[in-house]
Amino acid sequence: MSAHQSWAYTEQVKDHFVNPRNVLREENYEEDGKGLVGNIQCGDEMLVLIKVDRNTDTITDCKWRTYGCASAIASTSAMSEIVIGMPLDEAFKVGPKQITAALGQLPNNKIHCSVLGDKALRAAINDYYERNGRHDKVVREQARIVCTCMNVTDLEIEEAVLEGARTFLELQEQTKMSTVCGKCRDEAETLLKVYMQKHFG
Amino acid sequence: MTQRQVYLDNNATTPLHPEVQKALIDALPLFGNPSSMHGYGREARSKTEEAREKIAAFIGALPEEIIFTGSGSEANNTVLSITGCPATECSCDRGQRTHIVTTTIEHPCVLETSGCLSGRGTPVTYIPVDQYGIVDMDALRASITDHTGVVSVMMANNEIGTIQNIKELAKLAHEKGAWFHTDAVQAVGKVPINVRDLDVDFLTLSAHKIYGPKGIGALYVKRGVPFCPLIRGGHQERGRRAGTENTLGVIGLGKAVEMRSLEMAEESLRFHAMKEALRKGIEDLIPDVRFNGHPDQSLASTLNVSFAGAEGESILLYLDLEGIAVSTGSACASGSLDPSHVLLATGVPVEQAHGSIRISMGRENTMTDVDYLLDKLPGIIARIRDMSTVYRRK
Repeated sequence: MSAHQSWAYTEQVKDHFVNPRNVLREENYEEDGKGLVGNIQCGDEMLVLIKVDRNTDTITDCKWRTYGCASAIASTSAMSEIVIGMPLDEAFKVGPKQITAALGQLPNNKIHCSVLGDKALRAAINDYYERNGRHDKVVREQARIVCTCMNVTDLEIEEAVLEGARTFLELQEQTKMSTVCGKCRDEAETLLKVYMQKHFG
Repeated sequence: MTQRQVYLDNNATTPLHPEVQKALIDALPLFGNPSSMHGYGREARSKTEEAREKIAAFIGALPEEIIFTGSGSEANNTVLSITGCPATECSCDRGQRTHIVTTTIEHPCVLETSGCLSGRGTPVTYIPVDQYGIVDMDALRASITDHTGVVSVMMANNEIGTIQNIKELAKLAHEKGAWFHTDAVQAVGKVPINVRDLDVDFLTLSAHKIYGPKGIGALYVKRGVPFCPLIRGGHQERGRRAGTENTLGVIGLGKAVEMRSLEMAEESLRFHAMKEALRKGIEDLIPDVRFNGHPDQSLASTLNVSFAGAEGESILLYLDLEGIAVSTGSACASGSLDPSHVLLATGVPVEQAHGSIRISMGRENTMTDVDYLLDKLPGIIARIRDMSTVYRRK
């Protein structure tokens, strides 16, 4: 059937979806840091566990579990491959751009909801520092979550504005914020004005 | 080796019936405009009317009560727009009766049209359903007032297959002087329908759900019921739907209906057996599942099931890699963010709604397809659950 020749996502996504790397299968994995992000109500949740070489602060292993769609599974899998062997400082900076680059590409509407692996990783790195009493190394994300349903922060709103969002609808379209319970709408409208003023005012 | 292909998404659309395909190919050269008086036109007209008669007979209507539309969605839009129309001194004017009553599990073409009309001032009431998707009769009775213009309830739900007691619902509407419309797109050709017996004023049907071509639907409008076109500017369909007739589509729909009348009775027994085998197989082979929709009062060809800890788009895509086509109520696959409004309306928890798939059988499916699905599905669910943050083997 010719319709089956192409797939819903890229070949790289398919590869990670079919052969996910570094899935956490052990029930008693002894991690050095653990991060859990997402929200099952919204359809995606990710758990990331890391092992760290304490002498070099380098990630020696990264395991994960994901509840979510194909792009959520593939993006967490791709992220785990990227960060193994990486110094923590560098791994902390891994973002959706690097992950989606490793996957060829993802549909725009999938990026904010399914590429959460990097957030889970940062949570795991912070957890590692905390467990080891290195509180000075813990970097709380500067960003503040505005939309709790879709995990959209003020920084992402600012980024969306810089990328061209000019109206609340466009903001929703780009970030998917305020599309579930809608409680953050007023704040979103206010931030939209603030960032428009800041960058284009 | 070619991979086995099993199409189990017949509620989304169906493959053309070979006889329909033949009829369409035969009709391809027929280009005349049915409105023309010359031979070309007369031939197109006669084929169009022949199809109209078949369709009318199939649902117990008169030919002049059938209006061809571009889709089921258009037919539904048409009915709601009549009620929501604020015009007075128009053939559709119903005085104060502008209120629309519908349900929470309708197709988006009903819900969004109602929502749009509501935004323009038309009062709309959405009746809830129970855990099986059956419309709350008491709530419906209570919501119909002297201002209610139309009560619109789908006959069989596209996602969970639940079938409403349309005859009783229509009676309730009529007792209060409201018109009754049923979106029967998923029911026509699957369960016997007689519009006189059901006593409905409007009924929507679509060709591509019954092995006919896409882009053609029909609206039954009971004789004497006020009507106003949605598409204006032509005398076609007795002035009720402008636009040169989709002759080819109409012929395809006519043939599709004809084939349904020959095949649907035998098929229903087969679907019952297949659905039971599917239900039992899934229950026996996979833990923590939940079947959605009514256990008996539902389409024999539709089975909706949720898997705890497994997200629907992943299930769909792993099945797709095995050549099996189903659909999901998960938000991820639909491009929206909320999972199926139908499942949520029946009280399915959000997580279970994300983890649902709909298996909808068609005339080409056999028990071998059921076996193939049952062979692949348990492994896929286990594999997804193995990766899941929320599901652990017990």
